Amino acid sequence: MNVAKAVVRRILVYVVFGFGTAFFALPMLWLLSAPFDDPPTYAVRPPRNFSLENLSQILDNRYAVPSLVNSTLLSVGTMVLVVVSAALAAYALSRANVPGRDALLYALLLLSSVVTGTAAMVPIFLLIYQLDLIDTHLGVILVLTGGLLPAAIFLLKDFIDTIPRSYEESARVFGASPLQILRHIVVPVARPGLATIGVWTIVQVWGSFLVPFLLLRDPDKQPAAVLLRTFYTEGGSPNLGLIAAFSLLYSIPVVLMYLLAWSRYGFRFHGGIKS
Amino acid sequence: MPPAETTVAQPEVTQPTAASVGVARATPTDTVGLGRARAVAFVTPALVLIGVFLVFPALWTLYIGTTDFRLTGAAARSPSFVGLENYARALADPTFYNSLWLTLIFVLGSAVIGQNGLGFALAWAMRDAPRWASRLAQTLVLLAWILPSSVVAFLWIAMLDRDAGTINVLLGQTPGVAWLIEYPMVGIVVFNIWRGTAFSMMLYSAALSSVPPSHLETARLAGASGAQTLRDVVLPHIRRYALTNTLLITLWTFNDFTPFLLTAGGPGRESEIIPVYIYNTAIIGGEMGYSGAISLLVLLMNLLLALVYLRAARTGQRTAA
Repeated sequence: MNVAKAVVRRILVYVVFGFGTAFFALPMLWLLSAPFDDPPTYAVRPPRNFSLENLSQILDNRYAVPSLVNSTLLSVGTMVLVVVSAALAAYALSRANVPGRDALLYALLLLSSVVTGTAAMVPIFLLIYQLDLIDTHLGVILVLTGGLLPAAIFLLKDFIDTIPRSYEESARVFGASPLQILRHIVVPVARPGLATIGVWTIVQVWGSFLVPFLLLRDPDKQPAAVLLRTFYTEGGSPNLGLIAAFSLLYSIPVVLMYLLAWSRYGFRFHGGIKS
Repeated sequence: MPPAETTVAQPEVTQPTAASVGVARATPTDTVGLGRARAVAFVTPALVLIGVFLVFPALWTLYIGTTDFRLTGAAARSPSFVGLENYARALADPTFYNSLWLTLIFVLGSAVIGQNGLGFALAWAMRDAPRWASRLAQTLVLLAWILPSSVVAFLWIAMLDRDAGTINVLLGQTPGVAWLIEYPMVGIVVFNIWRGTAFSMMLYSAALSSVPPSHLETARLAGASGAQTLRDVVLPHIRRYALTNTLLITLWTFNDFTPFLLTAGGPGRESEIIPVYIYNTAIIGGEMGYSGAISLLVLLMNLLLALVYLRAARTGQRTAA
């Protein structure tokens, strides 16, 4: 009886696993095969005609490579702004008695989950329109920074809280100024935390669709996430070869950054954040 | 925005440490002599950015929703105050109810039931599976979460294509069913389950590892069936995780714009969930005032979910301490 039960259980586990794995693997296989198939199809299949023709199409397309440059600009710009301002804020919140700190942290926490791109797309569009920043990278960077900052501050403050204060105290005893302490002691010690926030920001911006889609009309300025939808052939049907190859190229940096973060710091969940 | 862009972390309240009191004179917790003025200066850039690009838009929604703001025409230059007209119009608008209903189906089907259920099933099955198998499954599920949403959306367009999609090829029918046209809601529900199960799976894996093995062993020796063990031993341990998980994935799914990339709300309005509805009325239709009113409802819904979540997280922390 118990043996039969154990066998049934085993089988059940394998069935759940088999179906689960197939369900998740099947769509992704397309990303591995279609870029190298000539001509590619919608269906997942091993490449009939192995070719690198699709990859060279990326170079021929007037918008494809520039859009990756745009994605990089947006990601790096947002990352710099988020990391610098979050680090300063988190440090002050961790070390000094900022008035109303606990209420502020609670409000940040609430804000980061309540004011989403979906809920705020109307006012954000109007705000950027009034500021005359429509169709500029700066507008997108500012909006994305505002959205990512609360979570970044929160995570960094947690991280800085775990750093013992004794280094800073002894530096202070030897007469270092607060800015010197920050530059020469806190930043080096907090580097893993800063790196995590940096990678996290880049990954978020690299994949973000809604904000650049709302605020950038000019295809010369659009990042890869938005441009991907516009790859059609002259006949009006999706240009599968280009879409497949470009999707692969566009996805690789994100996966690499995850692997990097994963191998260095382990795969951790901070509340809702993937790091 | 993709599901992980919104964030809720555990609330934390740090107490000033007694050891620091001796060093600082200005304020009791000021260990490193930052001083109040400099501390405020450090916090200011971040707060200004958050204030202008996050808080102000949210508050401005209150005002926009009471005007006849339009993208083009006379009302674009000088919008006038219309009071609660937009809200009255929304409450009488069948397309709004249609979106609400579709959103409910989308959230219940893909998050509350789909991601929750599949995430738990995978986490549960992983405990008994060989190591390589659980590694493989975990990697694939996480990859589905990591890939950019534009790419993932196209992967599913390819899966569900009428003429040559993988599903129709597997079913041996080309051309077969045009899934996204005939069953658009099923399409986006399945898509979102695929996209977002990783979070639930990871959370339940962590939760299940908190169940003491001795309890499971006792249940087994007492001859409890699998269902009984699940109900009486496992469930009490993971109940809190299940609540947190459900609240978070509900919030994210409710705000998910990605289905737009699959169906753009169509055909007609058959998959026009609230995020897509707001986009279509605001940006395509140009009715900023009216969609501002709808946005406010989304903000309030988010606020409610987040408050319940924070309360649950806080009481959980207290009972754990």
